[in-house]
Amino acid sequence: MKNQSVTSNLDWITVLLYFILVIMGWVNIFSTSIPVEFTEFDYSDFYGKQLLFIILSIPIIIVVLTIDAKVYEKFSFVFYIVGIILLLGLFVFGKTVKGQTNWYGFGSFGLQPSEFVKTATSLLLAKFLSDSQVFLKNTQHQLIAFGIILLPVFLILMQPDAGSAMIFLSLILVLNREGLPEWYLWTGFIAIILFFTALLIQPMYILIGIVLIMIFHYLRARRVDRNPLAYLIVFVAATSFVLSVGFVFDNVLEPHQKDRINVLFSDDVDLKNEGYNLNQSMIAIGSGGLIGKGFMEGTQTKGGFVPEQHSDYIFTTVGEEWGFVGSTVVILLFVMLFLRIIYLAEQQKTKFSRVYGYCVATILFTHYCVNITMLIKLFPTIGVPLPFISYGGSSLWSFTILLFIFLKLDANKVNEW
Amino acid sequence: MRKAILPSLIIFVTVAILVRLFYLQIIDDEYKLKSENNAIKIVYEYPERGYIYDRKGKLMVANQPSYDIMVVPREIKNLDTLKFCELVDITKEEFDKKIKKAIVYSPRLPSVFLPQLNKKEYAVFQEKIRKFEGFYIQKRSLRDYQVNAGANVFGFITQVNPAMIEKNPYYKSGDLIGRQGVEEQYEEFLRGKKGVKYIQRDKFNRDIGPYKEGIFDTISKQGDDITLTLDIDIQKYGEELMQNKRGGIVAIEPSTGEILALISAPTYDPALLVGRQRSKNYTALYNDSIAKPLYDRGLLAEYPPGSPFKILTALIGLQEEVIDEQTTFFCRRGFSYGNRFMKCHDSGGFSLNAGIYSSCNTYFANTYKKIIEKYPKPAYGVDAWSNHLKSFGLGNFMGYDLPPGRRGNVPTSKLYDKYYSAGGWKSTTIISNSIGQGEVLMTPIQLCNVMCAVANQGYYYTPHVIKKIKNHTIDKKFTTKHQTTIDKQYFPPVIQGLFDVYNKGTASRLQVEGIEICGKTGTAENFTKINGQRVQLTDHSIFVAFAPKDNPKIAIAVFVENGYWGARIAGPIASLMIEKYLKGKITRTDLEKKILNSSLESEYAKVLSGEPFRINL
Repeated sequence: MKNQSVTSNLDWITVLLYFILVIMGWVNIFSTSIPVEFTEFDYSDFYGKQLLFIILSIPIIIVVLTIDAKVYEKFSFVFYIVGIILLLGLFVFGKTVKGQTNWYGFGSFGLQPSEFVKTATSLLLAKFLSDSQVFLKNTQHQLIAFGIILLPVFLILMQPDAGSAMIFLSLILVLNREGLPEWYLWTGFIAIILFFTALLIQPMYILIGIVLIMIFHYLRARRVDRNPLAYLIVFVAATSFVLSVGFVFDNVLEPHQKDRINVLFSDDVDLKNEGYNLNQSMIAIGSGGLIGKGFMEGTQTKGGFVPEQHSDYIFTTVGEEWGFVGSTVVILLFVMLFLRIIYLAEQQKTKFSRVYGYCVATILFTHYCVNITMLIKLFPTIGVPLPFISYGGSSLWSFTILLFIFLKLDANKVNEW
Repeated sequence: MRKAILPSLIIFVTVAILVRLFYLQIIDDEYKLKSENNAIKIVYEYPERGYIYDRKGKLMVANQPSYDIMVVPREIKNLDTLKFCELVDITKEEFDKKIKKAIVYSPRLPSVFLPQLNKKEYAVFQEKIRKFEGFYIQKRSLRDYQVNAGANVFGFITQVNPAMIEKNPYYKSGDLIGRQGVEEQYEEFLRGKKGVKYIQRDKFNRDIGPYKEGIFDTISKQGDDITLTLDIDIQKYGEELMQNKRGGIVAIEPSTGEILALISAPTYDPALLVGRQRSKNYTALYNDSIAKPLYDRGLLAEYPPGSPFKILTALIGLQEEVIDEQTTFFCRRGFSYGNRFMKCHDSGGFSLNAGIYSSCNTYFANTYKKIIEKYPKPAYGVDAWSNHLKSFGLGNFMGYDLPPGRRGNVPTSKLYDKYYSAGGWKSTTIISNSIGQGEVLMTPIQLCNVMCAVANQGYYYTPHVIKKIKNHTIDKKFTTKHQTTIDKQYFPPVIQGLFDVYNKGTASRLQVEGIEICGKTGTAENFTKINGQRVQLTDHSIFVAFAPKDNPKIAIAVFVENGYWGARIAGPIASLMIEKYLKGKITRTDLEKKILNSSLESEYAKVLSGEPFRINL
C-alpha cells in the first residue's frame, strides 16, 4: 500500500526488452522496405506505417496500464465472448487474403481478430484455473480447460490459419504447469515425433521400434505395473497413429502443407516453386556470415528475393545484414524476455496472474520458436509473425496488449493480499 | 519439475537455433555463393587492345569494333524464336544448338551467342534488341591489320577456351586472348585491364543500382601499345620473295639482337583470322598439313645447317689453335678417311681464306679432325667442340620473346657413346659434323644468331621482337651481352673469307653495288620417307650473310626448302633483302623479278607425284 503508482512498480527490465525488440524490428523493416532511391520519409510504406504503429502502441500501453487490474480478471469471459464473435464474424465480413479469411479490412488498415483472441483466451484460461475449486486432475475440469483453448482453435482452423491454431495448442504447456497429468504432454510430444518419423521412415520399422521399447519397459517394470491391457492399448494406439499418418498426410493436409513438409525433408524440390521461400530465406541468412553485410547492405534484402520479408520473414534481414552476431543478440534478447516473464509469473501472489503470465510467455515463445525455426529449415513453414519484430499493426498491438496486461498485473501485486 | 519444463524447452530450442545459425552463417559457404549469384550482376567493359607499331613507328595492327550477341539463358522470356533467327540469319536448328551450348556453360552467366558481328549486322540487330529479353550486345575490339604481312609474328586473337578460363581467372567465357606471336607473348600488356561493374539486382533481374555504391567497381584500362623491332617493309618484301617457296628468313640487327624480319613461307593474310570467318579460316590453315602455313619455319624448323656451319668449324679450329690463317690442306676432290670418302667439288691446295670462299669440304673435315684429335680421347674433343657451339646459343632455346621454339641439336660425347657404345667412335666417325651435315641441327633464327655473333666478332644479344612497351621497360635479358668462347682476334680472317665469298667465291654473282656483304652459301642434303622408304629429296638452299662488312647493320639467314643449292634461291633472296634494308630500293630489278616468279611448287609436288628429285647439282 505504500506505493500505488504503476510506474514505480512496473518491471522496467521487461519494458526495456520490449522497446529494444520493437526498435530493432523497425530498423530491419526500414531496411527491407526502403526504396533504392530514398528521397523522403513515406508514411504509406511499410517502414512508415510500422513507425505509426509503434507510436500508437504508446497510448495503448498507457490505457492498458491505467485500467484497473481487476477488470482483466472480472471481464475475462466478456473479452473471450467478444473474441469468439469476432472470429465468427469473419465468415461473414472477413477479407480473404491468400486463401485465408482472417482479416477485417478498414480502408488500408486491417485487423486480425485471432491476434487479440490469444489475449482473451489467456485471460479466460487464467480466470478458470484460478478458481480454487478447479483441479486439473479432474476430467471434467480438464474438458473445460481444453474447451476454452479448442473453441478458438476450431474457428481459426476454419479460416484456415494453421499457424495461429498451433499457437493456441501450445497453451497445453500452461495446463501442464498448473497440474494437468503429465501423460498429456508426453502423448502430444510423442505424437509429434511419431508423425515426422512416420513420414521419414517405413512404418514397419517404427512399429518394430515401438515393440522393442515396450519389451524393454516390460522387463524393467515392477511386477505389479505389468498390466498387459495397458501395453495392448498403447500398442494399438501407436500403431493406428503411425499407420494413419500416411493417410492424414495424403488426404487431410492441404497441398501447400504437404509441400512445406516435403521441402523440409527432401533436397529434391523445385527451388522456383514450393522450395523458393525456404531457399531464399536460407540464402539470405546464410550469406550473412559472422557480422553480416551491414545495415541496408543486404543484397538479398535489397533485391527483394525473400517473400514477405518485412513480416513473417523479417528475421532473414537480421540474419543477412547483422550476421551471426546480430542474430544471436536478437535471440538472446527474446530468451531474456521469456525467462523474465516466467520468473515474474512465478513471483505472482495470485494464481490468476501466474497463469496469465505463463500464457504470455508460452504464446510469445511459440511464435519465436515456430517463426525462426521455419526460416532455417528446422521446422515446416508456418506463417506466424515474430513478436515485436515483424511488420503489422494487429500483431504489434496485440502482443503489446498481451504483454502489458501482464505487466499491469505484476505491478499490481503489491496490492494483492 | 513442472516449473522447469517451459524454461528448459526455451533453452533447448534456442540452443538448437543458435547451432543451426552458426552452421548456416559461419561454417557453410554455399549460401554466400548463392547470394552472389542471386543478386549481383557483373558487367564487364572491355578496353581497346594495344596497337602494334614497327621499328620505324609505322602502325601495323590497330583495332576495329566488333559486337557479340550475348545470351543469359535463364533470362530469356517470351522469345519469338523465328523472328530472332531471321534477324541474325541463322536456322532454328543452329539456334537450338547454340542455346543448348550456352545452358551447358551456365544458365545464369552470359555466354557468347553469336560472335563478332560487323557494323552492319550490328546496326540491324541493335534496333530490335529490346524485344529479345535475355540477349544483349557486348562490344569488344577486334584486330584491324594495316599491313598484309607478319602474320606469324603477330599471332592472332581468339576466344578463350574453358581450359584457359580454369587456369587464369581473369578470363571469362567469351573473352578474347592473344594466341601465338606477340599477341600471346605480350598479352598482358596488350589486353589492358577490363573494367568491371557490380550491379545489384532484384528478384525480377532488374538493375537496382551499383552494389555497395560501386566500391568494388573498376575502370577499364587501355591496353599498352607496343613497338616491335620488325621493319615491316623488309618483312613484307621477304614474304613476297618467298612466294611459292617454303622456308624461313630471319634478319637481325647484330648490334642489338633486334629481329628485323621473321619470315615463314608459306604464310597467310593476318586479316583472315578476324571476324566471324575466323574459325573457318583457322581450321583451313590448320588442316593444311602439307604446306603448314601456321608452322613458323623461322623459329621451328630444325634443318641441318650445311656449309654455313663451316664458319663455326673454322672459328673453333682457330680458337683451339689447331689451325691458323696460313694452314693449308690439300683436296683431291674429297676427303678420304678409313675406307670412306667425303666428296668435294674442287681440288688443290686451300688456305683458310680459300677454304671458306670456295666452301671446300676437305679443308673443314681436316680442321674438324684436328679439333677432335687435339684431345686425348675423342669424347673430350667433342665436348670441347660442343661447348663452343653452345656459347653461340645453339642446342638450346634462345630465350627470344616469341612463344614457339626448338632447341636444335648440338651433339655431345654422350650421344655418340649411346650411338656407337663408349670408345667405339673417333673423329672420322663423326666427320660429317665438320660441314654441317651430321647430327647438328639449327633453326633459321639460331643460324642468324650465329651470323650476329660473327658480325659482332664474338658476342650476341638474345634476339627479340620487342622494342618498346608503352609505360613499361622491356626485359633486361634483351640488353645483356652474351660472349662466345671465341676470342675476338680469330674473327677477322673468317670474316675476310666470308667477304671473299662475294668477291670471288660461291656468291660472286650476287654482289650488291656499294655494299660490302659477307656471306656463306649452303646446300643441305635432306631425306624423307615416302611409302616407308627413305628417299633423298632435292637439296635445301641456304644462305647466311651480314652487311656491311664494317659496322654490320643486318645479319640474315635464309632457308629455302628443296631450293637446289645455296646460291640459286637463298643467296639472291638474302642479297635482295640486304639491299632493300640498307638502300631502301632495289637496283637489280631483273634478279628481283626472277626470284619473285620462281616457284618451287612443282618440286614440292614431287613428293606426291613420284617424279624424280634432282640431287647435288
